[in-house]
Amino acid sequence: MSDYVIEMLHITKTFPGIKANDDVTLQLKKGEIHALLGENGAGKSTLMSVLFGLYQPDSGEIRKEGKKVEINDPNDANALGIGMVHQHFKLVEVFSVLDNIILGAEDAKMGVLKKKKAREKVVALSEKYGLRVEPDALIEDISVGMQQRVEILKMLYRDNDILIFDEPTAVLTPQEIDELMEIMRNFAKEGKSILFITHKLNEIMAVADRCTVLRKGKYVGTVNIADTSKEELSRMMVGRNVSFEVEKKDITPGSVVLEVRDVTVPSKLHKKDVVKHVSFEVRAGEIVCLAGIEGNGQTEFVAALTGLDTMSHGRIRLNGKDITHYSIRERAKAGISHIPEDRHKHGLVLDYTLEENMVLQRYWEPAFQDGGFIKKGEVRRYAEKLIDQYDVRSGQGSITIARSMSGGNQQKAIVAREIDRGTDLLVAVQPTRGLDVGAIEYIHKQIVNVRDSRKAVLLVSLELDEVMNLSDRILVMYEGEIVGEFDPKHTTVQELGLYMAGARKQSEEADDDEK
Amino acid sequence: MKNNRFRASLITIASALLCVLVGLVIGFLALVLLGYISLKGGSAPFTLGDVLSTAYNSGFKQVLLGGVYRLPRGLRNEIALAAPLIMTGLSVAFAFKTGLFNIGAAGQYAVGAFGALYCALIWNLPWYLCLLGAAVFGAVWGAIPGFFKAFFNINEVITAIMFNWIGLYGVNTLMYGGGSSPMYNLKTTKTWPVSAKSPASLIPDLKELGATYFQRPGTIAIFVAVVIAVILWVVLNKTTFGYELKACGYSKSAAKYAGINEKRNIILAMAISGALAGIGAGLYYLSGTAEWQPLVSTALPGIGFDGISVALLASSNPLGVIFSALFIAHISTGGGFMSANIFPPEIADVISGVIIYLCAFMMLFKRRIGGLFTRKENEGGKN
Repeated sequence: MSDYVIEMLHITKTFPGIKANDDVTLQLKKGEIHALLGENGAGKSTLMSVLFGLYQPDSGEIRKEGKKVEINDPNDANALGIGMVHQHFKLVEVFSVLDNIILGAEDAKMGVLKKKKAREKVVALSEKYGLRVEPDALIEDISVGMQQRVEILKMLYRDNDILIFDEPTAVLTPQEIDELMEIMRNFAKEGKSILFITHKLNEIMAVADRCTVLRKGKYVGTVNIADTSKEELSRMMVGRNVSFEVEKKDITPGSVVLEVRDVTVPSKLHKKDVVKHVSFEVRAGEIVCLAGIEGNGQTEFVAALTGLDTMSHGRIRLNGKDITHYSIRERAKAGISHIPEDRHKHGLVLDYTLEENMVLQRYWEPAFQDGGFIKKGEVRRYAEKLIDQYDVRSGQGSITIARSMSGGNQQKAIVAREIDRGTDLLVAVQPTRGLDVGAIEYIHKQIVNVRDSRKAVLLVSLELDEVMNLSDRILVMYEGEIVGEFDPKHTTVQELGLYMAGARKQSEEADDDEK
Repeated sequence: MKNNRFRASLITIASALLCVLVGLVIGFLALVLLGYISLKGGSAPFTLGDVLSTAYNSGFKQVLLGGVYRLPRGLRNEIALAAPLIMTGLSVAFAFKTGLFNIGAAGQYAVGAFGALYCALIWNLPWYLCLLGAAVFGAVWGAIPGFFKAFFNINEVITAIMFNWIGLYGVNTLMYGGGSSPMYNLKTTKTWPVSAKSPASLIPDLKELGATYFQRPGTIAIFVAVVIAVILWVVLNKTTFGYELKACGYSKSAAKYAGINEKRNIILAMAISGALAGIGAGLYYLSGTAEWQPLVSTALPGIGFDGISVALLASSNPLGVIFSALFIAHISTGGGFMSANIFPPEIADVISGVIIYLCAFMMLFKRRIGGLFTRKENEGGKN
């Protein structure tokens, strides 16, 4: 009997033009939480896809409990007890939670689904592990956090005991992350083995037993978490020292750029309002952060602010001009750049090339078109300038199809495009979601540069580290209302967490005092 | 870097050709089977060679040669058929590019035919204004499903299918007018010939070349269609309008984020798509070879649906549409020359059907062929 429940030995996988995994070895013990750490494009996802049967390795072998196995597709993986929560969830949007969980493992009698037993099992699992879900809600209607719980339940429903989590915390709030960590520890205690793909060092330090580090497709090493430090891990991952603090000059905010008064946004799902009478200001040279647990109205507020959606009540002023009834294009022209929350849905036309995406918000400007004809040469020159300046990496430069780029570089491209517009207000929603430390450090620097050039920044983030590091002022949103305003220098993550969870609320008077 | 795009189009063309080849092989096998059945029906003994030669000589040869089989008339018919087919193909392809499925090309074609004939027979307008009339009528008929899609999110396929029938019977009713419509000739039970009522409305002849080569001149319709295809290609690939339309087609949400008015674009795209189908009808009915038969036109014009095949075979590339329309016109003209007592002329439709079916697998071929290319390149690298 081998020590290891799963071993991936000397795995090499090549794609046209790139060696995604180069002689990588990963050994997973029973009952351990094993972190897999690496930057974007380091080959983590490829390695996991090999384990999950989505790719066949060019060389190397996989062993389960010492015996060599062939994994040709996810069904084989499932038969070996391997389950995976993908970074981008694999759920059928128009199916219910329950249907998604049983999909592919459904019990049927004479072609008729037997859902009763399945429902009982799902409810039992969900209670046992504290994975709150609504079995009958449609996926498209539930929060990202709940979608992830559905993915976890999918693995448990199939009685998997080797659980792969691909960047699970990217979409979660601090409290949800703590919950997930606890759940993972419980899984480990029960003898399940967990592979935890991430690039968040805090989480690895908090929960993992061992960690394997990849860099540029190569195996760097495996360390015991007890014997290592955050700095050590980040050096292994990036190959250099990384600073976790963001350097910011002290500047006094200038005139009001964005003024939001009494904005109310109705919900599409129910009769209630998702954003309730929100008012605040953002001044030139200041980063104001809307913090809050996902699903508390931030997304809807930003949609109303940028014109993607309509609001039922309230006013928005930009540099004193009322833009409440402006179209999306008019707002963009008036001076709003927007790094959207969902880079695949909104940020990029995935089937366009990188250069076509680089002018997505500007193609109509005289610089890029003449009498309705796009100036291809200008577009390319501009795109190459941005690619160079913001270090956007891709297979074929400006003519790379955006879809084929890594998430981090897609995000960099969007950040480059939006920041380079040089507008008075930058709305950045989760700008570093799912990125590695190197890229986060870089994007944070860019956002601070925008502020230092005396522009206004409205940051919406779920990551408290980011909130604390970047903002000049923090507004906490809970159930569609702003429940508190904080100075990051005089508050703590714990205090913010209480407000975010709705356990505390600054009274109206206190709110007024602070103004 | 240019190489890359060039290679991608090469792969697309190669896979289209592969589809055509496999389709022809399957068509030949069908002919062999039909030939065998026909020979078996006779009393004379026969060999496999006989079957093969029947299949080839009485059917397959005609399909392969198409209009060339019976020069010059055949070629003239083929080209006359290709012109409207290019237009309906462009109609569907243009909609595909913007993420819409215009299954209503047939109805827009019928309404466009009405527009063209009305302008010609009632107002006696010159041919280019008649084509414009056809375009306007087709555009309106295309814009309606677009409007429903944009404002009420009703699937354009459903609306377009219904508007196909509304269009067809509406046109029949208007052209017949209870027998008293000024467009309707009671004696022939067809609309009046354009040549008799309004010669200026006829699309000009291709005098020099046509007269010497085809003995009777053809029209410049095919050139009109080709020019429109080229214009469309330019619009889609070189203009901000095309950029917006394609962005809507690829990702509606990203287009919206970029401030593109996606409702306006959907309606415009469908209107243009309808206009293209309408012009197709104009090119056909203003050529002086056919009249509308309001009493017996109870089926939707097949050319509208053939446009779907043409667009698919061309991967929705406007320039590709020219060639795929010529090809489909080629084999269906050839199908008409097959020995009718052995093979039904619909066998040409079977072949084009198989080819279109294979086009659905085109993505698969593309990857395979793409794989071949890379492998070769890699080997080249090793050497």
